Amino acid sequence: MKRFLLPLALFLALVSTLALGLKRNDPQDIPSALLGKPAPTFTLTQLEDAGKQFSPRDLKGQVWLLNVWASWCTSCRKEHPLLLDFGKQGLVPIIGFNYQDQREAGRQWLTAHGNPYQLTVFDADGRVGMDLGVIGVPETFVIDKQGRIRFKYSGPITPELLKDKLLPLIKELKRA
Amino acid sequence: MLDGFWLKRCAARHGGVAILAASLLGLAALSHAQTASELDEHVNRLTSELRCLVCQNQTIADSQAELAVQLKKEVRQQLAHGVSDEQVRDFMVQRYGDFVLYRPPVNQSTWLLWGGPALLLLLGAVLVGLHWRDRRKAFQDQPDSVLPQEDASA
Amino acid sequence: MTPELGNVALILALGLSSLLGVLPIWGAHKQDARWMALARPLAAGQFAFVALAFGILVSAFVGNDFSVAYVAGNANSLLPVYYRVAGTWGGHEGSLLLWQLMLAGWTLGVALFSRALPQATVARVLGVLGLVSVGFLSFTLFTSNPFERVLPAPPDGRDLNPLLQDFGMIIHPPMLYMGYVGFSVAFAFAIAALIEGRLDAAWAKWSRPWTLLAWVFLTLGIFLGSFWAYYELGWGGWWFWDAVESASFMPWLVGTALIHSLSVSEKRGSFKNWTVLLAILAFSLSLLGTFLVRSGVLTSVHAFASDPRRGLYILVFLLIAIGGSLALYAWRAPKVGLGGRFSLFSRESMLLINNVFLVVTTGTVLLGTLYPLALDALGLGKISVGPPYFEAVFVPLMLPVLLFMSVGPFVAWKQGSVKRVWLELRGTALVCVALALSIALAAKTSVAVAAGLLLALWVLLGSVLHLAQRLQAGRDRATLGQRWRAVPLSFWGMVVAHIGVGVFVLGVTLVKGLDHAQDASLREGDTISAGGYQFAFKSLEKRKGPNYVAGRATFEVSRDGQHVVTMYPEKRLYIVQRMPMTEAAIDRGFTRDLYVSLGEATPNGAWGVRVQVKPFIGWVWAGCLVMALGGLLAASDRRYRQRARATSAAPHAHVAEALQGAPLRAGPLTT
Repeated sequence: MKRFLLPLALFLALVSTLALGLKRNDPQDIPSALLGKPAPTFTLTQLEDAGKQFSPRDLKGQVWLLNVWASWCTSCRKEHPLLLDFGKQGLVPIIGFNYQDQREAGRQWLTAHGNPYQLTVFDADGRVGMDLGVIGVPETFVIDKQGRIRFKYSGPITPELLKDKLLPLIKELKRA
Repeated sequence: MLDGFWLKRCAARHGGVAILAASLLGLAALSHAQTASELDEHVNRLTSELRCLVCQNQTIADSQAELAVQLKKEVRQQLAHGVSDEQVRDFMVQRYGDFVLYRPPVNQSTWLLWGGPALLLLLGAVLVGLHWRDRRKAFQDQPDSVLPQEDASA
Repeated sequence: MTPELGNVALILALGLSSLLGVLPIWGAHKQDARWMALARPLAAGQFAFVALAFGILVSAFVGNDFSVAYVAGNANSLLPVYYRVAGTWGGHEGSLLLWQLMLAGWTLGVALFSRALPQATVARVLGVLGLVSVGFLSFTLFTSNPFERVLPAPPDGRDLNPLLQDFGMIIHPPMLYMGYVGFSVAFAFAIAALIEGRLDAAWAKWSRPWTLLAWVFLTLGIFLGSFWAYYELGWGGWWFWDAVESASFMPWLVGTALIHSLSVSEKRGSFKNWTVLLAILAFSLSLLGTFLVRSGVLTSVHAFASDPRRGLYILVFLLIAIGGSLALYAWRAPKVGLGGRFSLFSRESMLLINNVFLVVTTGTVLLGTLYPLALDALGLGKISVGPPYFEAVFVPLMLPVLLFMSVGPFVAWKQGSVKRVWLELRGTALVCVALALSIALAAKTSVAVAAGLLLALWVLLGSVLHLAQRLQAGRDRATLGQRWRAVPLSFWGMVVAHIGVGVFVLGVTLVKGLDHAQDASLREGDTISAGGYQFAFKSLEKRKGPNYVAGRATFEVSRDGQHVVTMYPEKRLYIVQRMPMTEAAIDRGFTRDLYVSLGEATPNGAWGVRVQVKPFIGWVWAGCLVMALGGLLAASDRRYRQRARATSAAPHAHVAEALQGAPLRAGPLTT
């Protein structure tokens, strides 16, 4: 009777699901909920000069990177040399996002480690970070000419990520 | 008559004021909504169904992680301002995706999840029914209590 | 003892398991007594070498041999010696070796306590167990060798995860693994029967005590995990439907269905196919649990370091072991007889309902556990499925089980009478409704709590009534003492286990429905109240432990102005792993637990504090223990300890048994 084959059939379906599951890179890797959506509007003061401000619409029409960092973040130091190099290339503007930090500590950190950013905004209480869906530091966003978030990465940028994902995406967005 | 007229007007006005005052008080009572401990419990209830995004598997209510504490504060502020549960959840989902909800949404990708138990029960009932039918057929020919060809070796 | 010896021991064990897996089964096929006779000695040899390997690993831990990579990853010179022993199973490789030790142990157990079984059966059962061992040993040797060296040896280890530095950690995994592995015996019996092509009542009878024992251990293992999480994790929760918790709960549900189904197969010869399938399913779920925890597909506090390569290996093993078993089932099952007939309202059909609901519940839990993984794998996004989902689906499915739990025992085998059952139970039903209503109204509980109370009382009073009825029978012919002693242990087992369930449901209903919690930021001198108790934060002092520093708070708890207890919650920082841990203070009571835990210290000197009053949570634990006791009683029933009166080799005996549809040996036909 074919009915007795049902358990085997269900089991094979289960194993296929599990096999697919093994291929996933990381169950904790949460993609951004804002992909494809416009970056949330915000206006924040700049780190170096509290008198000046920045808002995403200032860069409308350009492709740009937003890099979330903090002076208390040790992983940020890992990706910083890479960012400095990339910043020197001048491909796209990189805006720093100093997240839940002290203004003075942030400034000192940039002086000590180098400043790849065109400018840095200061989000003391992390409220704007919340709107961006930031869950940790460092994080990097790629924003297109229309102001939409096209890519988000949680964690320090690696050379492979830069070569395989970021650069191709930036080139493609710039062409559009 | 003049008194009556004015009386009526007065009564109307006073009555109107009284009704207005009562309504305003009532509205105020409603919008004041909760005492501190009621708010606490409300926050707890809501955040018990939200996931801490930087933890292994914990609710925002239980987690002591910085992000969780921050989000809990945010939820508290919003609820205190009268934002509805639904709106708070939407706020979270907008920023962090469906992943933040421990009670999965009911949509196209989750219909199998929510309907699954009922489907399984139905499947069980169908299989039992089929088996029952087979048993009846088999026993129709053999009125004895036990079929003699028990477990013939294959 | 050098670790290399451990490696050699494992290789030898693998060799013996391979022989065990092949020769006796071949011998049974060929009816060659010499091959079959190899089974017991091979089982003993396998155990000896696995035990040796395990002993060597333990001594590496106790001796702080950090040249062994696994020891370096899980121990530290500051770690107290009892935790160093427990650290043996604190990580993936070592816990896998523990699993293997248990498997070899159960195999040896079957080899030793199976004198009453026919030699061919023993040969096949031990053979199947040997094959399972081959799978695990090769997995260990090829992907997860605990004896790998790290050279040069680090000066000190990375320490055992502070969460695991606890007494619960010492016994929870061994107990749990005893349960998981124990179901391999039921599995082996089922496969042996399928290979032979014979599924008779005797098979069901021999399987049952092993299955009951495995079920008892699993019950205790799950209870310990929950109990441990309650006091160790620091936020007062005790069940989160975490993937790994569900992974242990699913075999338990199927195991429960299995022990009920086995009783039908044993007494009436029915449901044999179904019982075999359940045995395969229970062990499959054990293996699935192993896969989930060690492959990295799921996020969990419990998950070992993830490694997809290991996951792939286990998946292939699953495919071979379970796929093979289910294929064997599909081939053999159609030829198995249907057993005794029974009507729509009978004990058999009651147990069938029990089984259907338990298995559907298992399927539901599996669905919820794997759904996020499946969606993500298909690229349909990432969702979370947590307690709100599980509670929403689990509770409605369990309600019928609880309802029928007290009805079933009153229904006769083969043909029950609705009228008679109604007459017997209506008094109890009335009492339960009345009691539940009055408690619910007095305590102003919700409808859900009232329903939970009703069902818990129904299960409790129904079981007591059943026992009373049993003791009443034959009042005129024997004294109460005689009647008491005449009740078989299997009957006591059932009554006690069902009472355990009732107590458990009562505890869960009350603690979920009536608990109180308060969070606040407190300074020394502040007071917070919850559930009628006042918690006064008196002071905080610094303390030093063997491998941690701590802040210890003093809380004075009072009720209506009367001092109740002083509690000392701690916040520890473990030095080596720099991991903060909350040590909650718990005041346990018969009717409530008081629970105080410290959160984070704020810069301005205040501490986040959570206080909870949890009514009747002790009954949750008690219920589990009583359930386990019931299982133990049932497993000790005399009919399992009687030796064969006829010699085991006679094939006619089995045919005769099968024809009667009941075991030859003495034992009550109705229980």
